[in-house]
Amino acid sequence: MALTLEDVKRVAHLARLAIDDAEARAVLSQLNDVFELVAQMQAVDTRGVEPMSHALDLVQRLREDKVTESDQHAEFQKVAPQVEVGLYLVPKVIE
Amino acid sequence: MSRAEGHASLPMHNATIKSLATGLAARQYSSVELTRHFINRINGLNKKLNCFISPPDEKSLKQAAAADAMRSAGKAQPLTGIPIAQKDIFCAKGWLTTCGSRMLSNFTSPYDAHVVERLNAAGAVILGKTNMDEFAMGSSNETSWYGPVRNPWDVDKVPGGSSGGSAAAVAARLAPGAIGTDTGGSIRQPAALTGICGLKPTYGVVSRYGMIAFASSLDQGGPLARSAEDLALLLNAMAGFDPRDSTSLDRKPEDYAREIGKPVKGLKIGLPEEFFAKGAAPDVVKAVEAAVAEFRKLGCETVEVSLPNMKLSVPVYYVLAPAEASSNLARYDGVRYGYRAPEYADLLDLYKKTRAQGFGPEVKRRILIGTYVLSHGYYDAYYIQAQRVRRLIARDFAEVFKHCDVIMGPTSPSTAFRVGEKMGDPVQMYLNDIYTIPANLAGLPGLSIPCGFDGKGLPVGLQIVGNYFAEARMLGIAHQYQQATDWHMRAPKGID
Repeated sequence: MALTLEDVKRVAHLARLAIDDAEARAVLSQLNDVFELVAQMQAVDTRGVEPMSHALDLVQRLREDKVTESDQHAEFQKVAPQVEVGLYLVPKVIE
Repeated sequence: MSRAEGHASLPMHNATIKSLATGLAARQYSSVELTRHFINRINGLNKKLNCFISPPDEKSLKQAAAADAMRSAGKAQPLTGIPIAQKDIFCAKGWLTTCGSRMLSNFTSPYDAHVVERLNAAGAVILGKTNMDEFAMGSSNETSWYGPVRNPWDVDKVPGGSSGGSAAAVAARLAPGAIGTDTGGSIRQPAALTGICGLKPTYGVVSRYGMIAFASSLDQGGPLARSAEDLALLLNAMAGFDPRDSTSLDRKPEDYAREIGKPVKGLKIGLPEEFFAKGAAPDVVKAVEAAVAEFRKLGCETVEVSLPNMKLSVPVYYVLAPAEASSNLARYDGVRYGYRAPEYADLLDLYKKTRAQGFGPEVKRRILIGTYVLSHGYYDAYYIQAQRVRRLIARDFAEVFKHCDVIMGPTSPSTAFRVGEKMGDPVQMYLNDIYTIPANLAGLPGLSIPCGFDGKGLPVGLQIVGNYFAEARMLGIAHQYQQATDWHMRAPKGID
């Protein structure tokens, strides 16, 4: 099954990537090459095989519900593109 | 060529970490002198090789001075005062940490990765941050926003990737050791292509905290150095439980050097037919077969084994890794840190332009693949199916390890290829990792050591894959080989 130009544009929107027509066309053929490779895996009969989501069968660790982090927002906001009075600034979203 | 003041038998940059540690302990030179020596070499060669995104600077010398003070106070550990280059994927406080991407080209890390904390506590010196494929996505170091790294054996060739800067730095004697990460071969493949040693530990042995995420169920940090013994010393400092990584393993600390010097007689080596089938270059197969013959001489037995699902590793990987990457990289939105597009109309436009400009073509391709396979209607057919086949691949290994102690084969199907040769064809690039990806999917430890050269004088890597937590055994085996051969001590021409 091959992807279409519309698929590429829809997925780019979902991934929040601006993409123009020329770029979408170029990437389309590369993606189809990759999915052709992926098709080998799709042909395998995996009925009854438990999906392996992780390398090791781990149990999620639990911890006590207490505050462990210190307040470092000043330090962390030093690397932010735009900050005012401790808040991250973005374009207005509600008119 | 400068020599260590004192009585070191080798120039400092040609010495192993082990012998540098001895030199430091014997006060033949100080860490400041040693660090300065490597800084001078980097200043001389980095323009040509492009190994470093952030070369070492006064921060490194300050750490070196602190290491010397630590030694004077009688508190030295094995790595105290040893300069170690760090892949630019590890957050290091006060250091620019770019992950090879424009997206993080302005990101000075406010905190240390767990591995960096541990190396700092051991008194190791951060010898700069090394170049890498963008977000560790690549097998040639050509996807870096900072330009390709050159292979010190032939500057027209790639060093492999994604830890290409770390590998090339060690090969060019710009660092005695380095740290890297391996998601599908990113430590082992560049180690093979540059003629050095690299180890990907069992998944969960090294904490991923502060290691910029690519594919979280596969990513694992590990060491690169010139000998197996040095890898053990580095892993001793890197490994350890960290509650901040939910997949970090809470195990008793172990000494990864404990099997160094143990004989390998009677060891059973599995040779998977799939590793020697067509696909690998004849020169590579020849060198690997000669290495296997050397192990037989050392008293090892070999047994033919099979990993029938191995051929599905690359297709499985190119579903799982992009899927996980598309989720992990969703955090780069131009709001909290990193690059932000200079112009935008509204919030959606800010996200889209920031990400379009901040990510390079390979990263975008993988985000698109990942977003697609996780999108409504495709999740079961791609993502869940890939996870099921992943289990089949892991089962193959479990079966094989009933019949042998370790597996051996080539690390990479070819030696170093030309810069630019595979950039136009992503699938060809992806197939470079056919021998390394299976260990990541299964979570097994994998090691690459140099085992000879091809007809053009380019290094060939031997891969050793062991069962879970077999690192110490694997390093012991590699050490015995390195006692019998000297491939690992060879230096590129003009580099000595």
